[in-house]
Amino acid sequence: MKTNSTYAACVVASAFMFATPVLADATAEGIAKYREALAEGNPAELWEMRGEELWKEARGPKKATLEKCDLGQGPGVVKGAFVTLPRHFADTGRVQDLESRLLTCMETLQGIPADEVAKTPFGKGEQKNIEALVAWISAESRGMKFNLPMAHPEEKRMYEIGKRAFNYRGGTHDFGCVTCHGEDGKRIRLQDLPNLTKGPDAARGFGSWPAYRVSSGELWSMQRRLNDCFRQQRFPYPLYGSDVTIALSSYLGVTANGTVESIAPAIKR
Amino acid sequence: MNIRIRQGAVALAVLAALATVAGCAGTGASRVTSADYDKDAAAVMAASFREQGIVKTDRLTQDEIMVACSKFGHSLNDDLRERFQASALADVKWPSDGKYIGDWKEGEKIAQSGRGLTWTDKADDANGGNCYNCHRITKKEISYGTIGPSLYQYGKVHGNTETTQKYVWAKIWNPNAYSACTNMPRFGTHGILDEKQIRHIVALLLDPKSPVNAE
Ligand code: HEC
Ligand code: HEC
Repeated sequence: MKTNSTYAACVVASAFMFATPVLADATAEGIAKYREALAEGNPAELWEMRGEELWKEARGPKKATLEKCDLGQGPGVVKGAFVTLPRHFADTGRVQDLESRLLTCMETLQGIPADEVAKTPFGKGEQKNIEALVAWISAESRGMKFNLPMAHPEEKRMYEIGKRAFNYRGGTHDFGCVTCHGEDGKRIRLQDLPNLTKGPDAARGFGSWPAYRVSSGELWSMQRRLNDCFRQQRFPYPLYGSDVTIALSSYLGVTANGTVESIAPAIKR
Repeated sequence: MNIRIRQGAVALAVLAALATVAGCAGTGASRVTSADYDKDAAAVMAASFREQGIVKTDRLTQDEIMVACSKFGHSLNDDLRERFQASALADVKWPSDGKYIGDWKEGEKIAQSGRGLTWTDKADDANGGNCYNCHRITKKEISYGTIGPSLYQYGKVHGNTETTQKYVWAKIWNPNAYSACTNMPRFGTHGILDEKQIRHIVALLLDPKSPVNAE
């Protein structure tokens, strides 16, 4: 843990050095450079290591490991699973993203109540374990292209719902995801906004999370990324693992299918 | 959790039923229409959020223009466009004392601030305008967004006339008055900014002494 925080501190310090150029263009270039520099030593690796340990550790009331967890490729198969999620699971009768699927596995295999984990704030308790697990599981698909299945009617349904949720404008500011992520080459202040309605951008945006955030020294899952975008959107609080979050991931993932390789867990501002 | 599982189960049952019927007719899943997905999406929106801090779930309630803009985006048809623009213009509350221009220095502070109305904000926090999130405004501020057009030199280009003052006032109050389904928020209509704040922002854009025009 000690090496963890020292490492993170160095990374944060170097990020600040790169993040202060004077001109707008230089800033964009600076951001690109610091990403490049950091990619060589992404602190997300520490979460990945912990995640792999957690997968194999007997835990919970049932003192069981997650090694029989089926992420869609068969029990215990982790490689390649991340780039096919969300997908439909016959045992739950639902389309699930990586995080809601982990809740199912933790509950059925280990006896850890899914409801309680879903209510735990990000970065605390079992949520911390989920962050480590998603870091490792996503890393096991690094370099692969998204390949979400669409054969099941429920998968198609969630994609269609996700598309509608993406375009749903409301709240005090009339914002929807589409306001900030519907056009090419836009930014908010100096933060680049991916056009999530198009394949390569969707793959880069969706395929970067979970990600290590330099600004906070935390590992953010996709659920947390979506949660913070809903906050900026002035929407109410999305329930962890709720269908709107899964549907949005289906929409983004299917849009990303077959384009750019996943780099998750990436490193972000 | 339970609610979702139940919903999923109901939806599955419905789909299964549809598949059975469709199976007989031999047309597969093509029976599920776009309108069915609209309904499903509405149910998912309604079941997926909870209140937090100052933000209640009524934020999800859409008025007529939100519904249409969600569906059609920028490709709204002309009839709807004209109707929405006319009602947006009628909705603008003009300044009670007839004065459009306030203090540009205050306007700059409001334009800089992105605070307000999220679940991490407090009820009595003053709301910002978020203007720099989307617009270039002064020469000095290089950290600006590009969702909206540059407003640098706005007064110099358009003139500080009463017509321009009225246009900018209305644009901030309800930008749909001139472009239905814009990405710009309805600051007056939704009470994000009050009359006094809007007056200061109009000054930022139009006052010849404001750095927008003087630099
Ligand atoms: C008011 C603006 C705004 C809205 C609305 C918004 N986002 Fe974002 N989003 C951002 C910003 C800004 C970033 C980049 C954040 C950063 O760099 O830290 C971002 C980042 C993302 C990313 C990661 C992209 C990447 O390349 O790392 C995804 C995915 C995403 N948003 C999805 C969504 C979805 C889905 C919605 C709707 C539920 C949404 N956003 C609504 C502003 C917004
Ligand atoms: C989320 C993005 C967003 C925010 C926040 C925003 N705008 Fe805009 N604004 C736009 C877009 C997009 C346009 C162009 C489309 C249109 O005219 O509505 C625009 C247009 C304008 C125009 C008309 C420009 C012209 O050439 O006629 C003015 C004036 C303006 N904005 C002022 C403001 C001010 C002042 C604020 C802050 C109080 C603000 N905007 C906040 C997105 C935004």
